[in-house]
Amino acid sequence: MDARIDFYPTHEIAGCKVRVGRPLPFGATLVPGGVNFSIFSRNTTACALVLFQKGESEPFAELPFPPEFRIGDVFCMIVFDLAVEEIEYGYRMEGPFDPATGQRFDATKVLSDPYARILGGREAWGVEPDWSAPYPHRARLAFDDFDWQGDRPLGLSFEDLVIYELHVRSFTQHPSSGVRNRGTYAGLAEKIPYLRELGVNCVELMPIFEFDEFENSRVNAETGERLLNYWGYSTVGFFAPKAGFAATGRLGMQMDELKTLVRALHGAGIEVMLDVVFNHTAEGNEQGPYISFRGIDNKTYYILTPEGYYYNFSGCGNTLNCNNPVVRSFVLDCLRYWASEYHIDGFRFDLASILGRDANGAPLANPPLLESLAFDPILSKCKLVAEAWDAGGLYQVGSFPAYGRWAEWNGKYRDDLRQFLKGDVGYAGAVATRIQGSPDLYGWNNRGPAASINFITCHDGFSLYDMVAYNGKHNEANGEHNNDGGNDNHSWNCGWEGDSTDPAVNALRQRQIKNAVALLLLSHGVPLLLAGDELARSQSGNNNNYCHDTGLSWIDWGALTAKAGMHRFVQKMIAFRHAHPVLRPRRHATGQVSPASGLPDLSFHGTSAWWADFSPGSRVLAFMLDGAEVKGSHASDNTLYVACNMYWEPLTFELPAAGTGTLWHVFANTGVDSPDDIFEPGQEPALPDQSSILVGGRSVVVLVAC
Amino acid sequence: MAFSSQLEVANNVAKITLAGRLDASTAAGFRNLVDQAAAQKVKSVALLLDHLEYMASAGLRVIVFARQKMGVAVKIYVVGAQPLVKETIEVSGFSQAVVLLPAYDAALIEK
Repeated sequence: MDARIDFYPTHEIAGCKVRVGRPLPFGATLVPGGVNFSIFSRNTTACALVLFQKGESEPFAELPFPPEFRIGDVFCMIVFDLAVEEIEYGYRMEGPFDPATGQRFDATKVLSDPYARILGGREAWGVEPDWSAPYPHRARLAFDDFDWQGDRPLGLSFEDLVIYELHVRSFTQHPSSGVRNRGTYAGLAEKIPYLRELGVNCVELMPIFEFDEFENSRVNAETGERLLNYWGYSTVGFFAPKAGFAATGRLGMQMDELKTLVRALHGAGIEVMLDVVFNHTAEGNEQGPYISFRGIDNKTYYILTPEGYYYNFSGCGNTLNCNNPVVRSFVLDCLRYWASEYHIDGFRFDLASILGRDANGAPLANPPLLESLAFDPILSKCKLVAEAWDAGGLYQVGSFPAYGRWAEWNGKYRDDLRQFLKGDVGYAGAVATRIQGSPDLYGWNNRGPAASINFITCHDGFSLYDMVAYNGKHNEANGEHNNDGGNDNHSWNCGWEGDSTDPAVNALRQRQIKNAVALLLLSHGVPLLLAGDELARSQSGNNNNYCHDTGLSWIDWGALTAKAGMHRFVQKMIAFRHAHPVLRPRRHATGQVSPASGLPDLSFHGTSAWWADFSPGSRVLAFMLDGAEVKGSHASDNTLYVACNMYWEPLTFELPAAGTGTLWHVFANTGVDSPDDIFEPGQEPALPDQSSILVGGRSVVVLVAC
Repeated sequence: MAFSSQLEVANNVAKITLAGRLDASTAAGFRNLVDQAAAQKVKSVALLLDHLEYMASAGLRVIVFARQKMGVAVKIYVVGAQPLVKETIEVSGFSQAVVLLPAYDAALIEK
């Protein structure tokens, strides 16, 4: 066939050859001979494409869209002969500034394309921006020429995941990390051997969409520390990877560097989940800056009060109007892009309950966005995880609209486990429910244990060490007189507030951390570990560590030697979970007795076998998982027995029989010092007394029948 | 140092020598040489970078273009890249598409 020329200029505007563009896809797309620019605005009266040479403050051309280049509410234009490597672009929108009706157009602003796949302006982390820059977050053109070399998302079964939550910069920024490019995607890639050895098979990256670490930045008057928007839960560009996390950000190669990381993680058998923030944007409230949405179509993109103010269900100034059909499409387009272009395996949605609110802020019974995400053909294999609450008081743990797809961060798991672990009475029954994948929450509507993302710690709140070293938060370094951060920590300092030199206090803390890790990795559902907890990392009691680009956030890799025993314990617990499918069922336990073993799939015990103590004063729980029929009777496994003594004195637990032809072997005993606290899966020593075991105070014992 | 580029074809090897600063404004010259090399049906391409001080993303994208244009049967060797250029190639993932060599190895490249 002869080479056709379908794209040819029909107009000349501001010295540029152009023609009417294609309305879809939105954003800037390379087409033969030019670039197709397309952007939505329903209420603007006029729109212009603004073109800059890279880094220049003044544009070299400004191209008003002729009326015939507007199709419906979409402005689209192909511009020919652009030096695509050398330009940046934005839009200027005219229209009314009338906050009472939700309109906030300002034609003095150049607006970033919400679909921009790469943004300039914050190429390197921590470089203070030029605050007078008229166009700070500068849309650039992106290339799709990355060679994936056959990579694809891994498609691991949800219940088989061990999720490891990390902040890209925190993971390798500490000088002890030993990587070439600290604090970057490339640095994280260098640590893949560590992740493999630890045994996690999914990394959940705290926000990596372009954000501005200098947003609301301030100096702590008492310490002099420059406080940043360090975590990045405030998106500037939803399609653009954070350039400051890329060693090659200065070259504009952040897309390639991130894709290289994803490809390498997949090569190591590790899935990649992104923590995505669609509940609000970095434009904040009425006093916030114009970045894009506010000036493109404020009343479409944000939930507004009848008076035109921003609803603040996010606690961050504004709320994205997620169930508006235009915004819904935007969110879908964004996630499809990350799934297809970056091979992302799953998404965790920050304050996801906002995604189920209508344009007036009321919760919807059948939220179109959540349904669309659940049934989207491109996202069909992606894991979808909700943080099932918001800052407006909506709490949907166990009731988040799931459509058979959505999993949830199980906040009740965290709260019940923490209280049980610190010895509060009356939590044995609740924990018995939590460790079987919370069937009270997820045992209906075709949801299984994997709907429960189990966690005891995450980026929000105390680290695991701090949970056992502090009774209360110590957030003075945040510069808010310790008023920020939650007060419902359910923590216990083991007798001394903060670091201690008392060997008994420290030994108890180590034991408590191991108890927590053991229960987390023995629970049905999907465990989530906070990076650094395996090294007993401390945040000095700070439970809202969002603003510190310091050792308070960074992982100190020296702990790999100093805390070797703890690391070993976590690594072996993860290995044990991988080795035993009885810990990873697809369906909740029913108590049904297997004909093969004569045992129920799950049974509860106490200090007496077959007599669980769920009384109000109980601090003990034991359970046995029968391995005769697991994974829907498609496999068999060892039978496991776990005894938890959260009382401070040792207690003797009578053991149920191990099963015909097998003996109880000790896999883990947190009451014993390292290295005898845990063994290599498959090499556990036999228990001398098969009828009972003495479980130390505040200790967990794990037995395996073989 | 101004950018310069040069193509020499011998023994089924296209040697492209780059020097100076390769950025968006100079990448087109490099791309033209890749086009010329591809037209000659060579077996290998050697990018001789000993005197290349800086390579912007535009230059890296030409390497990707070369990979696409030549096909997988043609080996692409990146020879003598300075540390910064070499690291950029590695970190951005392009090292998977090429062979990085510290110096020209005739026995390997011209075999």
